[in-house]
Amino acid sequence: MLSSQKNKNPSEKNSKHLTFALAGNANVGKSVIFNNLTGSNQIIGNWPGKTVDRAEGTLSFEGNEITVIDLPGIYSFSTFSMEEMVSRDYIALEKPDAVINVVDASVLERNLFFTLQLIEMQTPMVLCLNQIDVAKSKGMIIDKDKLQEALGIPVVFATATRGEGIYDLVKEAVKVATHKPKGKHLKYGKELEEKIQQLKQVIEKENLGLQYPSRWLAIKLLEGDSEITKLAAQKSKMVIEQTRLLAADLQNSCQEPCFSIIASERYALASQIAASALQQSEIWTTFSDKLEWLTTHRVLGYVTSIGVIAGLLLWTFFVGNALSGVISGLLGQIQPVDPALSTDQPLLAIIVNGVWGGLNAGLTLIVPFVIPFYLLLAVIEDSGILTRVAFMMDSAMHKIGLHGKALIPIILGYGCSVPAIQACKIMETRREQLLAAFAITFAPCSARTLVLFGMVGLFVGIHWALLLYVVDVVIIFALGKIAMKVVPGKSTGLIMEMSSFRMPSAKVVLKQTWARTKSIIYIVFPIYMVGSALIQALYVLNVLTPISDALSPLTVMWLGLPAAAGVLLILGTIRKEFVIVGAVALLGTSNLLVGFSPVQLIVMALVAMLYIPCISTIAIMGKQFGWKATSVITAANIAVALLVGGLAFRLLSLFA
Amino acid sequence: MEQKSTQDYLKAVYNLSRNGDLVSNTAISQKLDVAPASVTEKLKKLSEEGYVKYSPYHGSTLTEKGQIEAKRVTRKHRLLETFLSDVLHIGKDKVHSEACQMEHALSDEAEESLCRMLKHPDTCSDDGKTIPACDLPFSTCEDCMKLHSQGLEEVGKRKENLVALSELKDRQSGKIQFIRGGHTVLQRLLDMGLTPGTKITLIKAAPFEGPIEVSVRGSKLAIGRGIASKVFVESTPKEKA
Repeated sequence: MLSSQKNKNPSEKNSKHLTFALAGNANVGKSVIFNNLTGSNQIIGNWPGKTVDRAEGTLSFEGNEITVIDLPGIYSFSTFSMEEMVSRDYIALEKPDAVINVVDASVLERNLFFTLQLIEMQTPMVLCLNQIDVAKSKGMIIDKDKLQEALGIPVVFATATRGEGIYDLVKEAVKVATHKPKGKHLKYGKELEEKIQQLKQVIEKENLGLQYPSRWLAIKLLEGDSEITKLAAQKSKMVIEQTRLLAADLQNSCQEPCFSIIASERYALASQIAASALQQSEIWTTFSDKLEWLTTHRVLGYVTSIGVIAGLLLWTFFVGNALSGVISGLLGQIQPVDPALSTDQPLLAIIVNGVWGGLNAGLTLIVPFVIPFYLLLAVIEDSGILTRVAFMMDSAMHKIGLHGKALIPIILGYGCSVPAIQACKIMETRREQLLAAFAITFAPCSARTLVLFGMVGLFVGIHWALLLYVVDVVIIFALGKIAMKVVPGKSTGLIMEMSSFRMPSAKVVLKQTWARTKSIIYIVFPIYMVGSALIQALYVLNVLTPISDALSPLTVMWLGLPAAAGVLLILGTIRKEFVIVGAVALLGTSNLLVGFSPVQLIVMALVAMLYIPCISTIAIMGKQFGWKATSVITAANIAVALLVGGLAFRLLSLFA
Repeated sequence: MEQKSTQDYLKAVYNLSRNGDLVSNTAISQKLDVAPASVTEKLKKLSEEGYVKYSPYHGSTLTEKGQIEAKRVTRKHRLLETFLSDVLHIGKDKVHSEACQMEHALSDEAEESLCRMLKHPDTCSDDGKTIPACDLPFSTCEDCMKLHSQGLEEVGKRKENLVALSELKDRQSGKIQFIRGGHTVLQRLLDMGLTPGTKITLIKAAPFEGPIEVSVRGSKLAIGRGIASKVFVESTPKEKA
């Protein structure tokens, strides 16, 4: 709708290039608006901290080319987290033409605290009151004009999940970006305001030559912001000296640390503005209140938490299994691989057996499981239940040096380890990020789930597959405990906003599922086919045997697997599904029992689940934590997999 | 001896009760190593004196009066434990029993001085348990230290109903008085709207020493129990659900 406006107004010749930044608290709908504006597929969900790096997209609007930047959600501009630093520097130094401050209308006061800080930065901005529908359902009526007047910036109502208000928002933002109206000067209490003015004058006289507005600098200096103090100290001793005097004065008369006084003043103003614009009427217990009761009940809360995780797995298996049957039926009785070809016509074997085998394995074993999994994961993410699970599981997570929020990336890890490891950034310290990432490398991602279901669930029994999951949870917990002791540092406590429940929107869920499935089909399928062909080529060229032989002390002697397992495990580092795809290619049939005994399937799946994160996971860990930490984690993965696999083989052989 | 055992009972109920739950007689008798019959008798007496609310066969909770008394003793006990192990280097096995003896004799004034001398610890160095806050009218411990070093003798009357946020009962509200903790935690709490003077309501507490869910400025937050025990609030009477 938006881009169709492009040529409507040809008389407007001065086509411009503009930059908008979306800023605001976590989980207010910035990414929904971003997707609406740019048609991108930024991951959205109902838990705080999804956007970890800023995302960029473009939009054409009435002859303007607009670049839109989605900044990570933050609550303040203090510099305690990377996200806050990055957002602050972006707005202050790169000066976007307009900042769209997205605000959760149902939590107006808390959101305005951040809005006031944006106004202090004197950036051209529009306030987008999002989730107006939620606010209404909570009995809140907001007076747009009053809010506009109090803040001195344009205000737009929106319900981004339905696309409402987006057009007006862009229109206002373009207006602000072109005219750059001067913002209103919002005043704090008399005492604080005086000090700010005094310091501001000193700053202006000293001419610091910093890119930030002087009033904002004065506030930040009084707050004792370490970054800004460092910058100012390089330019002028006088400013620092004055700051110290004024801060001491303020502290003495209020009996509170300066940063606390400023936060209190800012909240007092936010509260006053919110109260003047907001009308709250009585409300009754809503459906979501009941859900809330259920999900955080002292007994039922655990049941729902475990139900969410177990339900996701069971659903994936049963729906996946049914779909797999349908697809296999559709593909008919075509043999995935014709072993006879390998000896007669090597080149044809590589193409037919390899490429077709890879495609076949992908279609019958991968796609049927991936789609239902991503579908339900999107529903879970969008519903808001993840923060409840984090709430209930907090004390358990403390046992492994983490807090409840760490469960969010770990659950995402059931989908794919790569975004899960990126999501570790929601943890506060590097130590916690590292511990969470370590746990994720053992959590079964969808690829590992496929190996588990495809090898064990289908050919040995679903209860064995589920048992392996339980074993995995135990392993994660035990290793987490060890890792906590090894990695130095203290644990921090949980401070997390609880997202409100919402009915997952079908559009969002389907879009999210498609975005994730698409990447499998476009990127992964070709890799399957090439990889599978590669196996065929190696087979035809007779190099598989030497590799298998070299690894056989480990694979055959210690783990009790067929010799071919070595090659499969090596290929599995590219993507874990190769363990299955490769096995089909080598065996020439999708009935894995031809080449593996049930015990071997279990051990193989167990080792595949634990032994090494795939290449993409190693890459993202290396990027995020450095290569040293990554190699240690990878080595630990391999050691644990071999240990557990070997033990499992010996234990299971007793019963087999 | 009468005084001593009253305080011991209050301390036992305080330590056994989580979030206003009823504490059973059996639990108390095990904790104090006293015959169940004497527990029942003593609880009846404490109930008459207004320290506990006792309902036979169900259990007991502390009244506000009892809570204040229990906290005062617990605070003395844990400060003494810290003192005994950090300053006097008394063996871990003896610290607890020594402190149990000394806590009853320690005056409030001596307790204040002890706290300042130990540089206002948050947790007991012996077992890491939270030391209940004093209820002196300071917003930060630094102020207490500073004013005292300036020779200010009279520090004002104690506020009687100051409790840690984690000690509020479900649906109970309070007004934030002060927050203790490092700069980072404090800043994060302030950013989320927990500024002094703000009304905050405990919605519920997760079991197993899990986090608490609070409602503040129209938003709902989950806060870990450790952090919540450092946010001190003036409690207001429980709202009708």
